[in-house]
Amino acid sequence: MTGLPPSPWQTRNATVRAITPEVPEVRTYDLDLHGANYSFRPGQFNMLYVPGVGEVAISVSSDPAVPHQLRHTIRAVGNVTRAMTRLAVGDTLGLRGPFGTAWPVETVRGDDVVIVAGGLGLAPLRPVIYHLIRHRHDYGRVAVLYGARTPADLLYAHEYDWWQAAELDVHISVDVATPNWRGAIGFVTTLLAQLPVKPTRTAVFTCGPEVMMRFVASGACQRGVPAERIFVSLERNMNCAVALCGHCQFGPSFVCHDGPVFSYDRVGRLLWVENL
Amino acid sequence: MTPPPAPGSSLWMPKPALQTLIDRLRADGYDVLGPRMADGAITLAPLRSVDELPRGVRDEQQPGRYRLTLADDGGYFDHVVGPHSLKPLVFPPRTTVLQVLRVRNGWEFRTPDPPRPKQAVLGVRACDLHALAIQDRVFLGGAYRDPEYAARREGLFLIAVNCARSAATCFCVSMNTGPAVTGGADLILTELANGFVVGVGSARGASYVGGMGERPPTAEEEAAAAAIPQRAAAQQTRRINTATVHDTLLNNLEHPRWAEVAKRCLSCANCTMVCPTCFCSTVNEVNDLLGTQTQRERVWESCFNEEHSHTASGAVHPTTKSRYRQWLTHKLATWIDQFGTSGCVGCGRCITWCPVGIDITEEVAAMEGGRA
Repeated sequence: MTGLPPSPWQTRNATVRAITPEVPEVRTYDLDLHGANYSFRPGQFNMLYVPGVGEVAISVSSDPAVPHQLRHTIRAVGNVTRAMTRLAVGDTLGLRGPFGTAWPVETVRGDDVVIVAGGLGLAPLRPVIYHLIRHRHDYGRVAVLYGARTPADLLYAHEYDWWQAAELDVHISVDVATPNWRGAIGFVTTLLAQLPVKPTRTAVFTCGPEVMMRFVASGACQRGVPAERIFVSLERNMNCAVALCGHCQFGPSFVCHDGPVFSYDRVGRLLWVENL
Repeated sequence: MTPPPAPGSSLWMPKPALQTLIDRLRADGYDVLGPRMADGAITLAPLRSVDELPRGVRDEQQPGRYRLTLADDGGYFDHVVGPHSLKPLVFPPRTTVLQVLRVRNGWEFRTPDPPRPKQAVLGVRACDLHALAIQDRVFLGGAYRDPEYAARREGLFLIAVNCARSAATCFCVSMNTGPAVTGGADLILTELANGFVVGVGSARGASYVGGMGERPPTAEEEAAAAAIPQRAAAQQTRRINTATVHDTLLNNLEHPRWAEVAKRCLSCANCTMVCPTCFCSTVNEVNDLLGTQTQRERVWESCFNEEHSHTASGAVHPTTKSRYRQWLTHKLATWIDQFGTSGCVGCGRCITWCPVGIDITEEVAAMEGGRA
């Protein structure tokens, strides 16, 4: 008899070290893997497991250069994420990962980078922001265009000044303003339309609602950015995370394995087909 | 003692030798499974005696219809494929992938050692051997491999049978997957009136023949055996154009036919359950009452269920139209992009076992512009 492949279901313990409220229904969980050998690339995700309830795919939202300070920003929206709201510091979860493709920060070295995020879509992009700040001189102009529904929904708001000070060009807008809001009002696609870009020297990374990403990507294409330099991060139902369960298929792709980060030239046509 | 026959050789074997073969496999610790009548169908079930085989039974299959009839001239393998394929033997409908125990300071996560059953299957058809080869690519050919599939696959001993007839729903000829068995089995039987012509498919298969009254086949027996799957092939009327189907489907994602078939489709998932290659699964939590132990159980899932595509922002495939399109385009087109092979072997099960008789070949033909 030959040896069997290792089980892709093997799960490890991750202890909650801190829980930070972010915006309504959204918390950031700091997880401790107890010294386990672990690293991730920006844009990858983990399967977080609440025993007795289930698993959920969550992008890592912390600094890839500090993998032992592992953070996930999570909206309480489904069975598992709601169960996570009942966790306290010191409680232990299961974790598998990391899985999936990454934002190609190495291949766009030397270029301008435009990050376009909507709502919680900023979370999978924050590792990119940290990477770009750490290696700021390896890149050209870097812009962060971020939109949320209301000022109260702006994620990581306390970090924007720091990002700006680190020579990132940060533009924020909200769909619906409050009386004391002094920033831009409207969709992030408008911010992108107003941003000067050098199309052939620019890479676009976008994450947010799929409809937003479609218009960001097509808008960037119209500005002359090649589709193969525009990257989106797709959300599908991840159950196994190892391309065996079939749930996350999107055309020819298994989003858990071939994604979640895709170049727009690979998925652009399919993204415009309803309910695909 | 004569040396065992070489793989690739063939011999003639008298009919009673089939019982000897079953006995030998059972004596070696194999669970022998074969075609047996149950619940009005020919199913795959444990087999001890050739007397349990559905001798002389024929299956009449049509879209949404399956009936058994008894013929006067009775062969052991006059039937075609029933609802069961090899799939549940290697990819069980329910299995435990993780055991979770609450311990001090957290959880103990244990991946159970997969069972390593020795299973011998009598009467496997060419389409199902091709389906197994496709599942090998799905479960063993990627970056992550499924340990339970690997364990079960290794213990599989396959005695194939060349189909003597085709059902009306069969279209393996067009998929280039049958009806003649061309490989992937340990032994390959062709049933003649007074015996079997046995093709030796593997060294392991060779080790189970000999001493059962075999002799070299005569030229007439060889010719008769070769003609049998050819006759079955000639009976097939359904077909899919494999040269064009990939592009046809992917270039017609907005074709009005998707909405039309969705009016008939019940989204019941029968087609995916009987399909020998459909591999979707979901892991469920099974808890004990104290909340100290959990089993993570993997069960078969179907893209026809709304939960299959569930995300935080709703189902990606909320309509029957979107689910049927996912199933058909995956089976016949994107499967090729993913695994370098079609996901369809032309067994016709999805046609027969569809309660409303939706015919995959007819839907493809409509997309091709033939019968919209």
